[in-house]
Amino acid sequence: MTDASQNAGPMLAADGTPLKQSLARSLRRQKLRALMLVAPLLLFVMFSFIIPIASMLFRSVENSMVQETLPQTVEALQSWDETSGELPDEAVYDAFVRDMVVAVDNKTHTRLGSRLNYEETGMSSMFRRSGRKLGKMDPETDGPFKDQVIEIHEGWGDPNTWAIIKTHSPAVTNGYFLNAVDMRRTPEGAQSQPEDKQILIKLFGRTLFMSLVITGACILLAYPVSYLLATLPMRVSNLLMILVLLPFWTSLLVRTSAWKVMLQQQGVINDTLVWLGLVADDARLIIINNQIGTIVAMTHILLPFMILPMYSVMQTIPDSYTRAAKSMGATNWTTFWRIYFPQSVPGIGAGSILVFILAIGYYITPEIVGGTKGVFISNRIAYHISSSLNWGLAAALGTILLAVVLLLYWCYDKIVGIDNVKLG
Amino acid sequence: MKSSISLLTVAAFMTAASGATAEEMTIVSWGGAYSKSQLKAYHEPYSEKTGVTILNDDSSAEAVAKLRAMNEAGNITWDVVDVVAADAIRLCDEGLAMEIDPDTMLAPAPDGTSAADDFGDLLVSDCFVPQIVYSTTFGYRTDLVGDTPPTDVCAVFDTEAYPGKRSLEKRPINNMEWALLCDGVAKDDVYDVLATSEGQEQALAKLDTIKDSVVWWSAGADTPQLLADGEVVMGSTYNGRLFSVIEEQNQPVAMLWDAQVFDLDGWIIPAGLSEERKQRALDYIMFATDTQRLADQAKWISYGPARASSAPLVGQHADLGIDMAPHMPTDPENAKNTFLYNYEFWADYRDDIDAKFQAWLAQ
Repeated sequence: MTDASQNAGPMLAADGTPLKQSLARSLRRQKLRALMLVAPLLLFVMFSFIIPIASMLFRSVENSMVQETLPQTVEALQSWDETSGELPDEAVYDAFVRDMVVAVDNKTHTRLGSRLNYEETGMSSMFRRSGRKLGKMDPETDGPFKDQVIEIHEGWGDPNTWAIIKTHSPAVTNGYFLNAVDMRRTPEGAQSQPEDKQILIKLFGRTLFMSLVITGACILLAYPVSYLLATLPMRVSNLLMILVLLPFWTSLLVRTSAWKVMLQQQGVINDTLVWLGLVADDARLIIINNQIGTIVAMTHILLPFMILPMYSVMQTIPDSYTRAAKSMGATNWTTFWRIYFPQSVPGIGAGSILVFILAIGYYITPEIVGGTKGVFISNRIAYHISSSLNWGLAAALGTILLAVVLLLYWCYDKIVGIDNVKLG
Repeated sequence: MKSSISLLTVAAFMTAASGATAEEMTIVSWGGAYSKSQLKAYHEPYSEKTGVTILNDDSSAEAVAKLRAMNEAGNITWDVVDVVAADAIRLCDEGLAMEIDPDTMLAPAPDGTSAADDFGDLLVSDCFVPQIVYSTTFGYRTDLVGDTPPTDVCAVFDTEAYPGKRSLEKRPINNMEWALLCDGVAKDDVYDVLATSEGQEQALAKLDTIKDSVVWWSAGADTPQLLADGEVVMGSTYNGRLFSVIEEQNQPVAMLWDAQVFDLDGWIIPAGLSEERKQRALDYIMFATDTQRLADQAKWISYGPARASSAPLVGQHADLGIDMAPHMPTDPENAKNTFLYNYEFWADYRDDIDAKFQAWLAQ
């Protein structure tokens, strides 16, 4: 080591640059190359996953439409006390006519009407009907406007209309989240929805409960199958594997419709039971269009997601452990419960997480076989996306669902430990 | 959420592709027998006449949400869209459909009547060109109703005279109206009553009397299937679907036309098309909604043409060779007692009543 003490300066590479620098450069180049290799995937995930989810989260609080369509009105309403029960003064109506002339020109007034109709029934037609006449007014010469506007539609003479506009004017709102938990934003603060409109919390609860039941059913059914797959000779187990995978490759809709044929009152199961004399013809079982239908069909559809991780974990459990236990006098049950089962738990964990998270977001199957009592919160999300166009509420519901999943995942990590999950 | 957002992304990628479609147009419709009738009556003659290639997209059921997503992405890939009137009103309100002036953009009737007069009251929105009148009505199993087949819509609520299940659509529209009619509310008062929360409770209470006997459907094909399987004794669906069960599949099913609810289906043109595509779309609409073309469609499906001047031209079914006029919802014999869907009412009350309806369903 005398050489090293003589050359106190940095170690040099062949081309004369310090070795440290040269190493760092080549490392950097390697990292860059690696980054470029994963860049397509990163970009893909960015555009198809992260940005959409972020935009969804944003939609659940975004509410700039009122301010953008009626900027002067919102400004003028600031000085009005919505709890007074009195109509706003001329200044508000004046600003409103000015805003509406612009809005009608841009055809944004009906859009605002649809937006406010989510909060107060009747707003949609009020804006649509008033639009034409209000759009023709001249803000400079036609005033004063208060009586004229009320003449066009009596709704503008209701203090509640203005209170709604004021309440929903902030550009960022908690209104959608309140709606998502059966509450609503009112001039007096957050209040719960009238009882006959409360449904979403119930659906959240039902979604969680049924997803748990489905996960449980999957565990019970998948465990013996996976055990067979892992322990039978290769030739037989391959055949079994195909039987597991075959339905997995069949279209979801086909499988769900097949369950419809099986389960309906004039269906295969009921016909067989009647033929066997187990069930009277006029008392056929109702096993579809309710929770049973959803649980049966979804358990079947999600079963491979439980079997596959279980199977791959069980395959890695060495035979010698169980043989050793038996050789030391353990009964079959003790061997299974104390030796085999603990080693297969990571597979159950992985399968359960997969099945539960998939189940919680399902909507086609519950829609087809769930009737009224077997539908999930996702069916309401779909309704608000495609029918009512209340995307804000749909986004809020989706965000809550996402939060619930993350929360459960966190709980799982705390209780079982995510390290205990293995996919093989 | 997921599908509509990914649509934005897909739409963005397709920008380049859409520039190349010089003589092509994408027409969106419902699929199945209905799209076939349009293909035969409109698309094929139009392609022959102009050389424009027509691409079909069966997305009408999600048209409103998809058009909104396309609009936000700034890239409209559809040229002409077939929607029900309620959706057309919604699209017009949202600024997603362009306004169509019937006097300058639609063909007059052969006798010179202006298109506005020929369509009459059916022009329910500034953006909408009606195409057909269809009705939501009931069909029943002739072999399961005993010796007295139902003639009155209230048979649906009479589980003693007609035991067994019935299928109803899983939404408040139509069901609430029928419930009130059968609970003694006069036809003219139905929407006034339904506008009050007492009226809504009354309708739900009436529906509650048969709740245990109802199978709820969400796709138009469900009721025909349930009737064919004998799962239900009677059920509501679109009259064209029942026509095909009765006449094309020869199932023991008959129509109950009483209190059928008229509704309209027709064309809209998405807002924000380029000038060239807009002109092509308008040209297509002018062609496809003239008197003869609307009458031609009735050769393939039992929906009534929306123009008054088309009615006398309705002939026979192209394959079955039967007279189509008696199968039209607008035929005088069938239209003795009809009910017209109130668009404005439902545009206002849809969300409110739907929430109550769903809460009631979940109880």
